Amino acid sequence: MITLSHFIVLGAVLFCIALASLFINRKNVIVLLMSIELMLLAVNINFVAFSRFLGDVAGQVFVFFILTVAAAETAIGLAILVLLFRNRSTINVAEIDSMKG
Amino acid sequence: MIDPNMFQLVCFYAFAAVTVVAALGVITLRNTVHAVLSLVLTFFSTACIWLLAEAEFLAIALIVVYVGAVMVLFLFVVMMLDIKQEHVREGFIKYLPVGIIVALVMLGEMLALIGVRAMHQAVMGADPATVAGMSNTAWLGNALYTQFLLPFEVAALILTVGVVAAVVLTLRQRTGVRHQQASQQVRVNPRDRVRVVKMAAEVPAAPQPAPGKETTP
Repeated sequence: MITLSHFIVLGAVLFCIALASLFINRKNVIVLLMSIELMLLAVNINFVAFSRFLGDVAGQVFVFFILTVAAAETAIGLAILVLLFRNRSTINVAEIDSMKG
Repeated sequence: MIDPNMFQLVCFYAFAAVTVVAALGVITLRNTVHAVLSLVLTFFSTACIWLLAEAEFLAIALIVVYVGAVMVLFLFVVMMLDIKQEHVREGFIKYLPVGIIVALVMLGEMLALIGVRAMHQAVMGADPATVAGMSNTAWLGNALYTQFLLPFEVAALILTVGVVAAVVLTLRQRTGVRHQQASQQVRVNPRDRVRVVKMAAEVPAAPQPAPGKETTP
């Protein structure tokens, strides 16, 4: 019998994998973008599970909106990445320091 | 005869295992193209898990929208950029222990905080959409077009802004290159291009047969 905790644990595990990726892949912007996708997916799993177990439609509607916004965010992020690579010929985060922030 | 509840649980564990392994592949694979393909596998198995939770519409939307559009966009960009692999990987070993420790500590904290033991009692009951007497898609659509109409329109606006922003960001105008200029082509006036000249028709003079070359038939 699947219980709520099964879904929650899966979401937590996925989220922590994505979090570890932020540390170990700190050079590659593309992998960083992909780990953001993984984090959003983990959150979506939680939303779907709670929506199913509480019988509330709002959770699934929210997943729908998260998917929409994440798609737009990915498109813009990749556009910025292409622009960055065209101007600097690198996607290494450490070398993108022209603003000296 | 296998117990359906047991079968559901076995399916869940199988898909969850594939999801976690594929997610680990995303963050550790050396080749970025392989990492993107691994992310596709993650989305696929997550969609299967959502099917187990009877969220059919979202599962199909995840595959169509994410695997079909967003991941293909990722693949395009990864293959378009010429990335030096070894350059990008430096520091992987150095930061690996930190990443593992932070992830494990955070996982432990999360599981302790949300009280997994307490949630273990929450058993999946009847599907709320089935209880309401409709399919999952109708259940979701009913809420989306009544209760959440304004956020729905805002989401459409966000997508439009995203499209425009992505195009404007990557639009490039190089100087010194001859291009077709569509606006000038459209704006052209036929009177600038063709001039109709009216002139009197030329009357050919009467042919004068040259002497000596005359032949008689």
